[in-house]
Amino acid sequence: MPEPLKTLTSKAVVLSQSNIDTDQIIPGRFLSTTTREGLGAQAFYDWRYEADGTPKPEAVLNRIDPAEHRILLAGRNFACGSSREHAPWALLDYGFRAVVSTEIADIFTSNALKNGLLPIVVDQATWDDLAAHAEQPITVDLESSTIRRGNAQPVTFEVERFARRCLLHGVDTLGWLQSQLPAIKAFEHRTETV
Amino acid sequence: MSRPSTLFDKVWDRHVVAAETDDTPAVLYVDLHLIHEVTSPQAFAEIESRGLKVRRPDRTFATLDHSTPTLPAGADGERPYDTPASKAQVQTLEANCARHGVSLAGWDSADRGVVHVMGPELGLTQPGMTVVCGDSHTATHGAFGTLAFGIGTSEVGHMLATQCLLQRKAKAMRVTVDGRLQPGVSGKDVALAIIARLGFGGGTGFVIEYAGEAIRSLDMEGRMTVCNMSIEAGARAGMIAPDATTVAWLQGRKHVPQGEAFGRAAADWLTLKSDADAVFDAEVRIDGSAIKPMATWGTTPDAGSPIGEVVPVPHDASGEKALAYMGFTAGEATTAYPVDVVFIGSCTNGRLPDLRAAAEVLRGRKVKPGVRVLVVPGSEAVRRDAEAEGLDRVFIDAGAEWRIPGCSMCLAMNGDRVAPGQLAVSTSNRNFEGRQGPGARTILASPATAAATAIMGVLTDPRVFMTEGASLKQASAARETIGAENA
Repeated sequence: MPEPLKTLTSKAVVLSQSNIDTDQIIPGRFLSTTTREGLGAQAFYDWRYEADGTPKPEAVLNRIDPAEHRILLAGRNFACGSSREHAPWALLDYGFRAVVSTEIADIFTSNALKNGLLPIVVDQATWDDLAAHAEQPITVDLESSTIRRGNAQPVTFEVERFARRCLLHGVDTLGWLQSQLPAIKAFEHRTETV
Repeated sequence: MSRPSTLFDKVWDRHVVAAETDDTPAVLYVDLHLIHEVTSPQAFAEIESRGLKVRRPDRTFATLDHSTPTLPAGADGERPYDTPASKAQVQTLEANCARHGVSLAGWDSADRGVVHVMGPELGLTQPGMTVVCGDSHTATHGAFGTLAFGIGTSEVGHMLATQCLLQRKAKAMRVTVDGRLQPGVSGKDVALAIIARLGFGGGTGFVIEYAGEAIRSLDMEGRMTVCNMSIEAGARAGMIAPDATTVAWLQGRKHVPQGEAFGRAAADWLTLKSDADAVFDAEVRIDGSAIKPMATWGTTPDAGSPIGEVVPVPHDASGEKALAYMGFTAGEATTAYPVDVVFIGSCTNGRLPDLRAAAEVLRGRKVKPGVRVLVVPGSEAVRRDAEAEGLDRVFIDAGAEWRIPGCSMCLAMNGDRVAPGQLAVSTSNRNFEGRQGPGARTILASPATAAATAIMGVLTDPRVFMTEGASLKQASAARETIGAENA
């Protein structure tokens, strides 16, 4: 179950490329794992390392301190492609708690929310403003569903309400779904006995 | 009189356990849960940590496909896994299935195959069902009028424990492809043309229904190819209303009702279509008669155009980066670049008609020296049928490698990969940077195009090798000479 997330203030890393797919976030060859831990080392691996494993000094993700950059500002259509939940696992393990883009893929959004990584979709003007001042702290407040740069005017964003409640209050999603079992059994009784 | 509804509405409505409210998503019942070794181990661990069992093992089916080698076991019986981790992942699924009573089409099963090839083939996938799998190409099953979509591993856990998911209903889009397809134009070309039109994220938030004469004219395998690639436009699911083609394809398959029960089931399946006056949140029309054999030139599946057209000038930095990665030049066609690898297979194009289309082009011809061609059937059933028809001999005689079923070079996690910098023409679904191996460059195309490319050594419109391509006969004659020269 993810750690509850109420507010977050941090600098951001900007990866402005559009269509960053989940194969970039974590390449397929690292999916041969049976656990969800430790994938941060492989996050954006081919962007960060040469074929022989040497770190690329110019790669922004090798230059920053992840502890001070908990927000990823990514280009349009972020995390498209494969449904691998290893993508949010890798981003969280690297150190991110929120991703801000003008468009985020559906399956990734669902996966991220279940792991405590907050996907935030903003309009282009807001994104441009945040990216232009990425070294200033950005504050995300989930209770009010707002994001603001420094002391600028907060901008609201949408979060699916149930996922928001789970994140704010540490509600266990699977546990909640299990509480629906009487209705599920009734549904099965109705549809499976003809 | 009830409100007119879409095919998506009808299948959705049949599966609502609890309706969605402002505060809670719908509880959606899922009829069929397909699993494989890559996205399930953490889900089994999660339910076991809670002391839970798989609630409906009878609605859960597993296969081995992503991490599995496509070369046979050695004399010692050892399978040539890429890494010990791959082997451990396969063994973990075997153990999890044994512990929870889940059917596994494992190494010794005649049913084993790439999950989205196997499900329909066994008749597990049936019209009107909901189907999920921890894999984004689950949309494939929508070709049968099912609501089928990919999920993450947390949701695989939800499925194992409850057989349900928490879902907000997506918006509905209809993509109508009118007109008759030209000879030599396949389902893959239709899919690439649709994605080029919608854009990579154009389907985000939608379930797409594919309709129109061109879609209806496709066989089930072609329809599966179209639905398979819905996610490459950002849509979680694609659907096609069942018709006589669907019913005929399913009859007699292992898990469909038999005898009189099949007739009753089929009668119900044929009611699953959008009402004439149903309203969609978005409508797109495409002229199917104008679609030509397609190929991608960029690093997103929507960056495609008819083979031979010039690469457009990029309109942003991401587009420039894609062209730089591919080594292509705006304003030039991509048909002059030497191709190193051809991959024919995957959940997109690893079915029998796909292999037939490739074999038809390769029959009696030779692969250009220096080009590596890998043909990987989508399932053991496809392999058996192809070998019974002698397709394996056609491929081997032409100079291609004939492998055993698996996802293989589509995502390159089993050791089958394209080397850094090499250019591949692939019948799979994603041309992302490094998808087929670090530094690999990928052009997506149809099986016939892949085969024509294997002969020529450069991206080639397959119609030059087809008797129907009358207007291209002259070019064909010239190329026959080249094809023969390779011999």
